[in-house]
Formats: sequence, structure tokens, C-alpha cells
Amino acid sequence: MRFRAKIVDLACLNHFSRIINTIAKLTKTCILRLTVCKLYFILSDKVANGGASMWCELSQGNFFDEFQMEGVAAEHNEIYLELMPENLSRALKTAQNAKAVKIKLTNKHYPCLRVIVELPSLSSSSRIVTHDIPVGVIPRRMWNDFREPSVPDFDVSIYLPALKTMKSVVERMKNLSNFIVIEANLSGEMNLKIETDLVSVTTHFKDLGNPPWASEDGCQSSAQDRDLESMAEACIDIKKLQLLLAGQQVNPTKALCNIVRKRVVHFILLHEEVSLQYFIPAVA
Amino acid sequence: LSRIGDELYLEPTESGLSLRAVNSSRSAFASFLFAPLFFQQYEPGGAGPDTELFRCKVHMKSFLGIFRSLPSLEKSVGKCLILLKPRASHLVLQLHCKHGVTKTHNLTFQDCERLQAAFDTQRCASRLCAPARVLAEAVVHFPLTLAEVTLGTGPGGKISLRNYVEDEAEPSKTMVTELWLAEDEFQSVAVAPGSHITFCLKEFRGLLSFAEASNLPLTIHFDEPGRPMIFTLDDTVLEVHLVLATLSDLESTSRSPSTNGVSHLPAPSDDFADDLESYMAAMETSEGPSEGPPSPTFPLHTPRPAESEPEEEEEDEEGAVPGTPPHKKFRSLFFGSVMTPGMPGPATTQEVLAEDSDGE
Repeated sequence: MRFRAKIVDLACLNHFSRIINTIAKLTKTCILRLTVCKLYFILSDKVANGGASMWCELSQGNFFDEFQMEGVAAEHNEIYLELMPENLSRALKTAQNAKAVKIKLTNKHYPCLRVIVELPSLSSSSRIVTHDIPVGVIPRRMWNDFREPSVPDFDVSIYLPALKTMKSVVERMKNLSNFIVIEANLSGEMNLKIETDLVSVTTHFKDLGNPPWASEDGCQSSAQDRDLESMAEACIDIKKLQLLLAGQQVNPTKALCNIVRKRVVHFILLHEEVSLQYFIPAVA
Repeated sequence: LSRIGDELYLEPTESGLSLRAVNSSRSAFASFLFAPLFFQQYEPGGAGPDTELFRCKVHMKSFLGIFRSLPSLEKSVGKCLILLKPRASHLVLQLHCKHGVTKTHNLTFQDCERLQAAFDTQRCASRLCAPARVLAEAVVHFPLTLAEVTLGTGPGGKISLRNYVEDEAEPSKTMVTELWLAEDEFQSVAVAPGSHITFCLKEFRGLLSFAEASNLPLTIHFDEPGRPMIFTLDDTVLEVHLVLATLSDLESTSRSPSTNGVSHLPAPSDDFADDLESYMAAMETSEGPSEGPPSPTFPLHTPRPAESEPEEEEEDEEGAVPGTPPHKKFRSLFFGSVMTPGMPGPATTQEVLAEDSDGE
């Protein structure tokens, strides 16, 4: 099992760091899955995570100048590692003017992801900073726990409003309540609501647009029969939503959410080189 | 100085005004000596050659409060007068500002013994001198909350800085950061090969920002682990010393594969093995789903079997000083009472010779 990768381009490094920062904001620990072509950051919906789950996928070719990976076996050419994204974020934070950043999987005393940053210096040789990030190697028999979640059978799918606006609304609402209700309909309308004993606040968004999902064997096509005005709602933990929005440092190309009434809200944020899906379960 | 201690000691001497501070566990001491030339006028006082020069200590916060906003001070203040009025128990700071405004601050002071850590840069085997900027760029890679860092020497004359992982922390769960600086980044390097020393980074950062701001090179003097480490800044009118206690080598500081690794896995190879084939093979064959891999993050996994303690001498804090937090392994710096005659030379023992007479 081997892994070595190198980033030389500063823009790629910057972009990669921003993705890691977003992941670090969402969860304390996650799984990093490495395949020949892609990297995945996965959080499975265990109780320990409060039921939220995440699937983030990026193509290695868009970031790394060199990428070599050998999985556990030929038929299972993948590596699953458990790590704290905050460590990776810290390692990359001070590398933003680096000449090169190398990442490799090592096992000197315990499995580590070693980040080697080569920094410019006034002397003849570069400054080298190494960060050994402890990782847990996930054995093959547990890989099934981390499969890609399927798109739920949602009631409403809608594009999100401008994330910056949504973020500032949610941040203010967070001061008033621990839970927020997201509701939307198939006419491009979305409401964010909080309700406490003293106050209730609703922010209305219009003309958001609903993404066209290809109808499969009739289950989504029944959406046409549904009342376009009727709202599907779910009440979720406001902190989770706030962290998701706060972590977005760049505007995504597409941002949408799928609501399963009273069950779960599925957020999909698409950028050119990376896609992020985040599931927040509804509270009773 | 405020990063070190809560009290500011002022000691006027013939060679200038000395401002000093010490931290509560007496593991850090700093002194700034302003030569008489620094001042427009300097009168250390004292009626005659036998009269002891007056010294006192004031609350750091009260003193700092007077100089709170540097930019506005620079614009409005013409002169600053500092006066010690022993009989009135006041330290007077008078700011003469524009437009005829004079702000007078009277600070109450307390009597104190002379605060002096015993140290001797001449007795330090190793010395490094570097521009403050190089050191500042080096420490930026370590988190602000990091307590201790180890300075070491490596192959090719390189100097390394590495975060110190406490024995209580689990090594397989702690991120380790190491930075290597080439010899030619320093202005001078005179170190014993293979030497290393561990000190408190937090207390050093204060001096480092001062050095950066004043653009002065920093000289680091150190000796064996356990002996104080001295940082100095020199200027024509200012002499700065920061003395830090260092971690002694009684506890094993080497990062050797200690016996608290998982005993059912094959011993990791010593060379930089990239591949974890044998590790994975061992994991695949380990019994039962309940025995997960040693996860750095999920404490819910079965605890590793037969976790033996790393080789470590359980040493009582030598010369424990009341007031030193028991878990801190740093020796207290020794503070000689220069006043008491007949005491053995401060540099010869490692014990604390005298507490401040008013110390709690």
C-alpha cells in the first residue's frame, strides 16, 4: 500500500487547501479514500456525528502534478484512511508560498500522512517543514461502511439562494434558536424559519428555480402531479447548516438541496473540480 | 514583559534602568536594560555611594494602561517623565502632551528584593544567532497554543525545530511538525553536534515579536537539557535577556518506537517504509471485528492490549519549589539573592536559593 503525491502549482495548492478547510469546518474526523483518479472525503452517518453525513469528491488530476497510488491489493486498488482534516488544514495553512508540497503515506512508528513543504528561503537550500499527521488505516472489511450515499427520494429539489445571503441570515438566526426549518416548493420558493417562545422569524426567497431531475420509472414523474405550491419542510440543527455555509469560501457553480419531508435535507454543492454532498437529518 | 509576568520590576542602576519580569512558576525571566543614553535625562538617584538604589515593582496592567495606544501616543506625547517618589509610595509617570496638556499617573508600588535569575551565557556550550525574521518565519508553522518546542541539530549542520509531544499525550494521535533551517540562514552557528533543547515556545514568542519590530538579531545560548536557555538582543542603548528553563533529559525525549505500540502488529521497519503491506496483512488477519485498527480518532475501539508504559524514570520534581505546578517538568530557574553574603555562587547549584521575600 503506497501513496505519494505532489503539488507544485500555487493556485492548485490554494484551491486544495480551501477544500480541506471546508471539510475541517464540517467535521472533526473523516475518511479519506484514495483511488487512482480521485480523492474522496467521507463522513458516514454514524450516531457519533449527529447523523450528518458527507461525501466530497475531487479528481486528483486537477490538483496534483504527481499522484501515485497502490491500494491494498490489485483488485482493490484503493486506500481508506481515517484522519482529522484539521491537521491537514494546519499543515497546508503555512504552505501557501511553497515551492512544492509532497504528501506521502508512511509508517515509521505508526501510520502517518507526511506532508513535506518546501519553502523558499534566502539561503542556498530551501526550508523544509514536515508535518506527520497520524492516520488510521481502514481495513478492507470495513469499506462497505463508506459507500457513496444515494440521492434520497426527495419531495422537493430546489436551487439555493446566494450562499453569502443565506449564510448571514442563518448566522443571525443561530443566535435565536438551535433549530431551523427549511421548506421549499417546486415553484422556486424557499423559506427559512425559526420559532421560539418569544419570537418567530421567517426569511422568504423567491424565483430560485428547481433543478430538472431525470424522471426514473415514474417515482419522480409523480412530482408533476404534485401541487407545485405545496411546501416540503424539515427541521434541522442550525449549527450544522451554519457550518456548511461558513465553510464555503468560494461560490459554487451550482448549489441545490433536496428535501425529504421531515426526514433529511440533502445539500449538493458543485464546483468545477470538486463536488460536496452533505446530509443533515431532520430532528423530531 | 507582560507576556511573562503580572508584575513589572523597576530597578534603576548606574548602567541604566532595568525593567524585569518573572513568571509564576519561575521558569521564565526577562530583563530589559535601557542605557542612560537612551534617555534624555537619567538620574538613578541615591544620596551617596553607600545608599542603595531604590527599586520597586508595580502591577503590569497598570503600567501598560498608561501606554495603551501607541499610535496616538506617538502623535500627542512630547515627553515622558518617570519619577520614583519613595516617601509617597508612588511611581509617577508624567506624559507631557501637545497643547500644554500634562497627564500624570501615580502608580502605587511595592518594595521588592532584587529580581535576578542566575545565568551565564559564557557557560553555554552552544550559540546561534539569527535575524528575528528567520525565527519568526520558523515559528509560524507551529500553532499558537503549542507549549513546548525542541530545538535540535541535524545532519549537514541543519538546525531543526520540532513540537514537543508530552509523554502524557498519545504519540500515535499527535501531529508532529518539524522544520529544518540551513546553517546559512543564521548569522552564526556554534553548536555541539547532536545537541537538543526543549523550551516553552509561548514565552519566547513575546520576545520574538519585539525583536522583529526592532529589527534586531537574536542570539540564543543554550547548554545541556535542563540548564537555562538564554535569548539576547543587543543594541547600543538596550540590552535584553530572556532566560527560560528547559526540559531536562531525565524523561526520554527520543521518539524511539516505544513499547506502547500495538503488540499484535509486526514491529514497524526503521527505514522510511512507504508501503504498509505487512501492517495491512497483520490487520487483515487479526481476530474479530471488535479489534479495530489503532484508530487515532475513535477512542471507542478496543483499547490496545498490553500497553506497557514507555521507558521512563518516574522522577520526583528535583528541588521542587512551592508554587511550581507539580506536573510541570521544567526546573525552576534559580534566583540568587544577591543581597545575602556568604551564599554559594549561584551558578554552581541547581536549587532555588531564595524566593522573593514577598513571593507567595
